[in-house]
Amino acid sequence: MSKEEVIKVRMAEYGVAKAPDQLITIGLGSCVGITLYDKNKKVGGMVHIMLPENKKGLKPPKYADTGIPLLIEELEKLGARRSRLKAKIAGGAKMFSISSSNNSSLNVGERNVIKVKEVLQEENISLLGEDTGKDYGRTMKFFTDSGRVRITSHKAEDIDI
Amino acid sequence: MAQDIMEQLDDMKKDALKEIGNIGAGNAATAFAQFLETKVDMTVPSVEILPISEVPEITGNIEEPVVGVLLQVMGEAPASILFILLEDSVERLVGMMADKEVDFSDLDDIDLSALKEIGNIISGSYLNALNKLTNFNLIQSVPECAVDMAGAILSTSMIPLSKTSDHTLLIKTQFIEGSQAIEGFFFLIPHTGSLEKILEALGFDLE
Repeated sequence: MSKEEVIKVRMAEYGVAKAPDQLITIGLGSCVGITLYDKNKKVGGMVHIMLPENKKGLKPPKYADTGIPLLIEELEKLGARRSRLKAKIAGGAKMFSISSSNNSSLNVGERNVIKVKEVLQEENISLLGEDTGKDYGRTMKFFTDSGRVRITSHKAEDIDI
Repeated sequence: MAQDIMEQLDDMKKDALKEIGNIGAGNAATAFAQFLETKVDMTVPSVEILPISEVPEITGNIEEPVVGVLLQVMGEAPASILFILLEDSVERLVGMMADKEVDFSDLDDIDLSALKEIGNIISGSYLNALNKLTNFNLIQSVPECAVDMAGAILSTSMIPLSKTSDHTLLIKTQFIEGSQAIEGFFFLIPHTGSLEKILEALGFDLE
């Protein structure tokens, strides 16, 4: 009997888990879900960021530039080794196609994805898989026993990254 | 730490915002009733300040498919207006307007433009009320529509506000048409600095 727990990661929050537990984040729109996994230790974490940069000292997991380092730190506390961490990302969609005036918030999905990749590179973490962009919402489920990440949506077939 | 207006809203300011919601919703109900040629009631709007992480859950199930109509408000106090309708309500509402059976999983462009038009009417009436009370000249953009999971639509719509706050202001209103409740969630999402401007225009001294 497995008794794995499913830990829900809400928007602008993060979670860490050890095998066989799972991490799930539901309803990624322009937000990006990032998973980091240490295969040897079978320890993983997930963060659900909304924006690229934390310029005003707000909630760290809301932003790519503060959320990813925070997640790395929390994973190290659980015994993960930074040099072994591998990333997978999903989300960054363009949910509405507003063409009018105002704004930078429109391509925020795209900007999120770019920033997430930059931060991962700075942290020397390789990106193993991604399902990003397009125009629909996604749910991301991370199995810490294998590192598998399942993406589901209302618009496309389920995929594993 | 950044100054967060959302955390400084006392009951008086919340009541003022609720009153705007009330008047706006009253206007919207009238416009809506005329559009549908039927009697439409609206519940008293509630005003809530929520942590941003809770936003995707406010319409119920995060993954539930919904229709979201998003409009940008331009002028002295830029904002977004988001109007969300759940599956059953979409079917009933479009059914009423088009006088036909409607299947949520098979909405066509005409159905979606009908829903955008409802978003237009409701936010237009709302802005009218807001303009009268504040002496602003707020105008709205053309509505955009998305059919997808509630959480993805809600989270994306909160982006302009979430840049400067970890909280959001939510004005929720429900319509009732005849015996069938059509539940619509109406959100006014003030962009950076706009809530302050609205409150100042209402006579609050924020210093």
